Amino acid sequence: MRLLTHNMLSSNIKGVVNGFPLRIEAEKVVEMNVEKNIEFLKKMFEKIDWKAFVDASQAMGYTELPKEADSSMLNSDEFFNRFHHALLELHLEEGALVCPETGRRFPVNKGIPNMLLHEDEV
Amino acid sequence: MWYLCVFYHRLLDYRKPEVESLAQLFGANEDHQNGRVPSQLQWKFPLRYHPDSPFHFVNLPSEQLARNIATRSILVKGMYELWGEGTSYEELKESVLSYPDERKLPYLDSDSTFKITVDSFGKVISLEEQKELIQGLSYIPFKGRVKLKNPDHNFWLIEVDNYGGNNGLPPIVQKRVFFGREVGGADRKLIPTYQLKSRTYLGPTAMDAEMAFLMANQALATSGKLVFDPFVGTGSILVAAAHFGAMTMGADIDIRVVRDGRGPDCNVWSNFKQYGLPMPVGLLRADNNLPAWRPSLKEVFDAIICDPPYGVRAGGRKSGGRKLLKGAVEPYIVPDDKRTDHIPSTAPYSLVECVHDLLDLAAKMLVMGGRLVFFYPILREDDFAETHFPEHPCFKLISTSEQILSSRYSRVLLTMVKTGPYTEEIAEVARIKHIQFKENHVKWLEDGNLHSAVFSPAAAQLTEAVDPKFIKDPKPKYRGKYV
Repeated sequence: MRLLTHNMLSSNIKGVVNGFPLRIEAEKVVEMNVEKNIEFLKKMFEKIDWKAFVDASQAMGYTELPKEADSSMLNSDEFFNRFHHALLELHLEEGALVCPETGRRFPVNKGIPNMLLHEDEV
Repeated sequence: MWYLCVFYHRLLDYRKPEVESLAQLFGANEDHQNGRVPSQLQWKFPLRYHPDSPFHFVNLPSEQLARNIATRSILVKGMYELWGEGTSYEELKESVLSYPDERKLPYLDSDSTFKITVDSFGKVISLEEQKELIQGLSYIPFKGRVKLKNPDHNFWLIEVDNYGGNNGLPPIVQKRVFFGREVGGADRKLIPTYQLKSRTYLGPTAMDAEMAFLMANQALATSGKLVFDPFVGTGSILVAAAHFGAMTMGADIDIRVVRDGRGPDCNVWSNFKQYGLPMPVGLLRADNNLPAWRPSLKEVFDAIICDPPYGVRAGGRKSGGRKLLKGAVEPYIVPDDKRTDHIPSTAPYSLVECVHDLLDLAAKMLVMGGRLVFFYPILREDDFAETHFPEHPCFKLISTSEQILSSRYSRVLLTMVKTGPYTEEIAEVARIKHIQFKENHVKWLEDGNLHSAVFSPAAAQLTEAVDPKFIKDPKPKYRGKYV
């Protein structure tokens, strides 16, 4: 699971009001090279919740992202490289996503988060 | 300028929508940017032609656009600048001679290489005849050198004649001959490259390569776009979108399909690796009925493409056990020590509810002007004209393409464009509907059971014992959309 996906997900357990952001428990993080696509990154920048994104990247062991970001930074190559790396090149291979309200763990195995709810959670 | 657009004679309903979509993708008009319905291209037929004929004329603003459309398409055999046409070779000659020289001479000069191909529709022209026909074109002042492999200019002489007999092709009233310069044609090599029989990881409902590419074209998949498939399965649709450069994301309720596959080198990831395509940016196990997207997220996908489970080949599932949704049992409380590996029970998911959820998700998550492309099954006993396709206030249906699957049912590829924003009111209506579905789960399952309609014994046909000689010719004269 990459941080782009993490940034899109929340806990949707019945009754949970603030299921976002899910806390990352990282057991195995891998890095993979991904071709950079500026147009795509610009679009995703608009959609990303930055604070959750920075926290998530730290949980994955990456600390190079600025605490705050605005669209003027998109002119900087260095920023783009970091944003690209954190968004698409870090993979959570094994671990879990934890609901901030209930502490329920959504396991991540082989890079795939299992967001399916149990019978008593729907 | 008008171009002669010759299609492959297959998937008839899919041909014009594909060209329309690609025209938009390559910027024939800018309307879609703000979510307006794209304007349609102008089409016309050669004189006295059957609408299912492969020969059409289409008006396009530039040759570059015509080339882009043709080379990206799956069903355009060729796009041609027509130099002449007629009902006989004499008429063709007159027509070519009267075509302006300034349009012809640049392609005939001595520095260039060329090739002439003789083609026909519905019949075979022998090599001898082809040679004669090419020699008959001596009135055109070709000065270039003949080169059969990768020439600079490709010329086509296409003859259509009444083939008589019963070969299942649309009837042709009158002989017609076309001569034109090729501007571009489909790269059909894609299809054998991506054919399912050489795909590592397959499921029972993997989308065949040709159809997956057509779906990706309808969705305007291209570099820099994010495409989502909520019923990703083995990834067969996303593979096509990724081939065209789109970023892909997929979800499925079945963990065995998305996570496990059939081993380390036989899973959804390996299907992308096999073709050297970038991996999906995200795969997750999630329920289309209870999506786990963060509530503040909207307008993030450029397209949603899918083949929803409609219960004929594979049935849909959603969270909650059958008995739970019937109200027969209380929810099972999972003991704490068993929570990690617990596999939650799922219940059948009716098509109506599934499509409702899909439209609601798409309305929220697609960008304005984004496209929702999905298959919708119809029973063929129903009069096609009266078929009601799903509707949504945020969407405009722009094309419907039928593919006949059996004598009982068809699937129709629907292409919808998001033309309106997802408002609070629409969200509220969807929420109420969601609850109604939950309360009347059993009723919906019985009402929308396509499987029994498709596989039930054909009562009417069995009881009518008719004398065999009155039974209609089982092979109709013109097979229409069966191709």
